[in-house]
Amino acid sequence: MASRLMALWDWFDSRMPSVGEEYRKHMSEYYAPKNFNFWYYFGVLSMLVLVIQIVSGIFLTMNYKPDAALAFGSVEYIMRDVPGGWLLRYMHSTGGSAFFLVVYLHMFRALLYGSYKEPRELIWIFGVMIYLALMAEAFLGYLLPWGQMSFWGAQVIVNLFGAVPFIGPDLALWIRGDYVVSDVTLNRFFALHVIALPLVLLGLVVAHILALHDVGSNNPDGVEIKQHKDANGRPVDGIPFHPYYTVKDTAGAIVFLAVFCIVMFFMPELGGYFLEHNNFIPADPLKTPEHIAPLWYFTPYYSILRAVPPLFNSQFPGVAAMGIATLILFLLPWLDRSAVKSIRYRGAYYKSALAIFVVAFLVLGYLGVKPTTVWGQFGFDAFFLDTKDRATWMARLCTVLYFAFFILMPWYTAKDKVKPVPDRVTM
Amino acid sequence: MKGLIAALLFAPAALFAAETGHPLDAAPIDPRDLVSLQSGARTFVNYCMGCHGMQYMRYNRLTDLGLTEAQIRDNLMFSAEKVGETMKVAMTVKDGKAWFGVPPPDLSVVARSRGADWLYTYLRTFHRDARSAHGWNNKVFPNAAMPHALWQVQEQSSVVQYDTAVRDLVNFLVYVGEPSAQSRKSIGVVVLFVLLLLFILAYAMKQAFWKDVR
Repeated sequence: MASRLMALWDWFDSRMPSVGEEYRKHMSEYYAPKNFNFWYYFGVLSMLVLVIQIVSGIFLTMNYKPDAALAFGSVEYIMRDVPGGWLLRYMHSTGGSAFFLVVYLHMFRALLYGSYKEPRELIWIFGVMIYLALMAEAFLGYLLPWGQMSFWGAQVIVNLFGAVPFIGPDLALWIRGDYVVSDVTLNRFFALHVIALPLVLLGLVVAHILALHDVGSNNPDGVEIKQHKDANGRPVDGIPFHPYYTVKDTAGAIVFLAVFCIVMFFMPELGGYFLEHNNFIPADPLKTPEHIAPLWYFTPYYSILRAVPPLFNSQFPGVAAMGIATLILFLLPWLDRSAVKSIRYRGAYYKSALAIFVVAFLVLGYLGVKPTTVWGQFGFDAFFLDTKDRATWMARLCTVLYFAFFILMPWYTAKDKVKPVPDRVTM
Repeated sequence: MKGLIAALLFAPAALFAAETGHPLDAAPIDPRDLVSLQSGARTFVNYCMGCHGMQYMRYNRLTDLGLTEAQIRDNLMFSAEKVGETMKVAMTVKDGKAWFGVPPPDLSVVARSRGADWLYTYLRTFHRDARSAHGWNNKVFPNAAMPHALWQVQEQSSVVQYDTAVRDLVNFLVYVGEPSAQSRKSIGVVVLFVLLLLFILAYAMKQAFWKDVR
């Protein structure tokens, strides 16, 4: 039997050798550093969530109706009348939030170990593009259940494009295809969500991984394992991705799936953070909800948007700040002037800057889910207080800290007192 | 990260009852109490369904509550022909708007948007108000378009009996909001158990493969 299978493989391999070549290049002979730690699970977990989203999404489209009159009801039909439909829907809604969670942790890993630094700038750039595509994908998909938050969230976000000087109103009209978010908008968002953006995402993921496998993985020590090779030309600190990391990632993926399943089976709404309460009210263009907040993964940027005061009655400064806050990520490889990659060998400047950045990002995220009145108002008045909401001023402080992390980076990373980097990886 | 997790876990309650500051009583509901769910279903079809439908809920799904289709047909179906129909209401949106100012909302998922505590408090805080068009007002939802549909139930029963009736009704509304909620949880326990077994195997395999990595 085994020899027959081998013969079949030989037959196949002699006719299409590239399958075997690619398998060796990316799996059995891809040498990854042997010292990956906890933070190195989130790349493969992002891919796992991408697969979960694509598969659950395909099955959801079989019963979902992208029609303003039917969409809300079709989701309830999936939840009640389609066998296992509730599971597909919760899988997809939990997956949406899980995607951002693992991607944020994956990006944080890059900040910890300098994974964006030379020669991995392209990997980082593709990664940021994946993140932007993911934000677009999430925004488009959130309209589909056609609840109040879907409708008004889309209305608010599309109106942001309307704040762009000169072309804004036409741009917003072009995106919506109508003067308000309507059936037309729902239909095109559906098309973009189920085919256009997934194609973009898949293409970018392939580019991300190809670029990674060309230069090789970074590691928690930030040393290049290719500098020490054995007689066969294999990195001495590298181990073949398959089977070593496939078995390790399998165990990690099961732990992740357990956490995923705890949310999906026992708290799919997660207190209104994964599925908002108001989104169980069908979209009503005539009734604006009291408090419109995006889902948690957008709230740091939403906070930045709200924190920046309008100029000449235009919201554009806030919109621009929000846009720059995401686009500035592209520049990271060139802003970091440090001689070392890993946080293990960086000095106090970078460590404090990163800590402040993380706190600012989390505070912005928290404030974004709350109304600006959440912390009350200042008890005094002053000429510079255009608003007395404490939370708005806190968001402003955190916005400044967010940007300072990037803008001051060339300075503090160059000044930082770094420690000597070991020659080989440490376990 | 810990801050985010803490924020995720401890903030949700603030989303409810944004309309007024009226404190909400915790609804003592029990989704496994079939007697309570059946009583809630009876109250719903007798007192609520004159105006409010549940257009996504099918009558025959009420077999979840331990009822037979014959029992459903004989006791709960007043305006439908077949047991497979959805629990629609006869009143049109247009009529509802003309009679109440706003059409009475469909209640299929009201428990998911409002929350059980809001519903439980709302249905127990109606009071007489001569200034409103229908003579009633509400503490949780001031100037609600809905009159006190359960006023006869409240008048004929003690406070405890009325609270129990409302509890049963809210229990039923929560069930209808997500009929698969109970099976979801029981499947979840099995899935987690399977994942635990898989993890033990996967971890043993990882340890075996990684023995030689130093």
